[in-house]
Amino acid sequence: MATASAAGNQAVMGKALREGIFAGVVAFLMFLLFVGIETYQDINNALVWRTRWGLLAIFVIVAAVGRFVTVAFIKPHIDQRKLNKAKDGLLDVSEKKGFLRRHFLKFALVLLLVYPFLSLLIVGKQGSLKYVDNFGIQILIYVMLAWGLNIVVGLAGLLDLGYVAFYAVGAYSYALLSSHFGFSFWILLPLSGIFAALWGIMLGFPVLRLRGDYLAIVTLAFGEIIRLVLINWTDVTKGTFGIAGIPKATFFGIWSFDTGAPNNFVKAWGLSASSVYYKIFLFYIILALCMLTAYVTIRLRRMPIGRAWEALREDEIACRSLGIDTVTTKLTAFATGAMFGGFAGAFFASRQGFVSPESFVFLESAVILAIVVLGGMGSLTGIAIAAAVMVGGTEILREMSFLKVVFGPDFTPELYRMLLFGLAMVIVMLFKPRGFVGTREPTAFLKERRSVSGSFTKEGHG
Amino acid sequence: MASGTVTMTKDTILKVEHLSMKFGGLMAINDFSFEARRGEITALIGPNGAGKTTVFNCITGFYKPTMGMITLARKNGKELLLERLRDFEINKVGGVARTFQNIRLFSGLTVLENLLVAQHNVLMKASGYTILGLLGLPTYRKAVDASIEKAKYWLDKADLTDRADDPAGDLPYGAQRRLEIARAMCTGPELLCLDEPAAGLNPRESAALNTLLHSIRDEGVSILLIEHDMSVVMEISDHVVVLEYGQKISDGTPDHVKNDPKVIAAYLGVEDDEVDEVIAVELEGGHH
Repeated sequence: MATASAAGNQAVMGKALREGIFAGVVAFLMFLLFVGIETYQDINNALVWRTRWGLLAIFVIVAAVGRFVTVAFIKPHIDQRKLNKAKDGLLDVSEKKGFLRRHFLKFALVLLLVYPFLSLLIVGKQGSLKYVDNFGIQILIYVMLAWGLNIVVGLAGLLDLGYVAFYAVGAYSYALLSSHFGFSFWILLPLSGIFAALWGIMLGFPVLRLRGDYLAIVTLAFGEIIRLVLINWTDVTKGTFGIAGIPKATFFGIWSFDTGAPNNFVKAWGLSASSVYYKIFLFYIILALCMLTAYVTIRLRRMPIGRAWEALREDEIACRSLGIDTVTTKLTAFATGAMFGGFAGAFFASRQGFVSPESFVFLESAVILAIVVLGGMGSLTGIAIAAAVMVGGTEILREMSFLKVVFGPDFTPELYRMLLFGLAMVIVMLFKPRGFVGTREPTAFLKERRSVSGSFTKEGHG
Repeated sequence: MASGTVTMTKDTILKVEHLSMKFGGLMAINDFSFEARRGEITALIGPNGAGKTTVFNCITGFYKPTMGMITLARKNGKELLLERLRDFEINKVGGVARTFQNIRLFSGLTVLENLLVAQHNVLMKASGYTILGLLGLPTYRKAVDASIEKAKYWLDKADLTDRADDPAGDLPYGAQRRLEIARAMCTGPELLCLDEPAAGLNPRESAALNTLLHSIRDEGVSILLIEHDMSVVMEISDHVVVLEYGQKISDGTPDHVKNDPKVIAAYLGVEDDEVDEVIAVELEGGHH
């Protein structure tokens, strides 16, 4: 018995060694050009290259050792645990969720509500600027954009690769109307949403007769067209210079956040001057906008129009046979999604105080779509988690100065953002092909609400 | 909805005249005419590739016919030309519902949700095109309750009440067929078009389907169905139309059709010495 298991151990070790070496070779070939060679400009402005063998060696060793450890120790351990569980007759999936999981949403909401004050308490005014603005507001903007796109892609199943166009329409609507006519944030926020929705209808009308890949390509083109118009229509948009000096949002017209204004918020409350109050205010605005998006999405899903969206995703031909006007149904999805993009755009413009076409490149559309797909199409919770992971993750990369100790002082972790982004997507899609939350909550039930497994829902083709 | 109150009027509900459908150089249907009567089960039969599904797609608006006229007479006396309506209007305005040869359910939606989607147009109107519904007005609530009652009624008829909260894609094949019919009935049609409803069913499921179809007819809904299996057709239909190579070769009661030599020839092929006779008959039928 002992000898048999020893022989088995030896076989596992041999296999692990072989696979580890193989992983090392693969990593070497993959990273040879990516990491091993670097180009730079020398004093004469000529482009020359140098090698980074040390960094390459670290990558290869991490891959080889990682594979070896996985095969030799982690996998047998997991198999053993599964076997033990099977022997005990325990089911892998338990029906009852833990207390924390059942009340997850309530906890998350409470945490979000106290988040700015928590960060004020812990790191002080100057320190919390980063946490409220870079993490809080930035993530919530993407949550809102992804929830808006979720209506189009996740519910109606229309692949929209140019969603950032509506974001741009909202942002420029706010920037132009506020600087030319001096309208306030609270008037322009709904207006920007309406403009974006109108734009969505205008673009959608000719486009939505197309299906699948064709729709994706045309929406992609429309996204680029809007960006190019913004660049080239210099009389109105000031082209690549962008529009600066966009007015800040006010506290419903009661208090202003402009320093020097007579009704300045900080003065009125006798606080010491700091921009953190404005950031906290913005945090709550975007939080409220996110909640509005979620509320409207949840309500619409239970309305006939929302059910028609999901039915459209499942089978468009069947929809038509049931008397559903698929063109109007698609248009409403497109317009509703665009409206939330417009809201987010207006908010973005007032937060930055500056908009330029740079902010509305295709990459933004791709990131928003990636968040929707990673989160699980249609699931609000999953998408919020994905946005926090993706956007928060890239922000955290900036903080990881300790990596410089490992990879040398030249290492700038932000530059590896896209590499890690792609890696994370591959890993998530391997283990959770339907995204973080792959199940679908039914909108109506007779006896009990049971989640629909992701294997039954479709992604949509139009 | 009790079956006793229905008067079996024999007037025409659907009239197809000189229907032709051309795909490039292929004449899929050639000058095809027939009538379906109200309150009856009319079967459209024929060998594989005869053009049955093409006729169906013309009637239900998925194809625009090359030539011909399709007239639908509604209960309220209105007459509609189906070939002029847009695809979704055939159901919404014309009251014609259909099922598909390869079942098209919303597989990620639950059985109940499938039946609620079918009541889209009624609910949309009740919800004031979403706007009033978002405010939660009592009229909309009432409409929602009514839609759930209707769904329950058809769940019960299709024997699917136990599976109401399961995803439609999770049902066995026979149940999916019944659900598709129940979903079509939830749109409140006057004419129900079924494309091979018995295909792939085992004898027990087939019997359950027959019961369901008879109960639908007893509610006063006319049925038009495609089938190439003669034994199923003879059992349930009141009137049979036979199609071969895009042309009508026979039309009448099941008994009449069963004994028609042209139908027998089309289905079974003919003996060598009968060929001349059959050709003579076909030539006769081809020239008007």
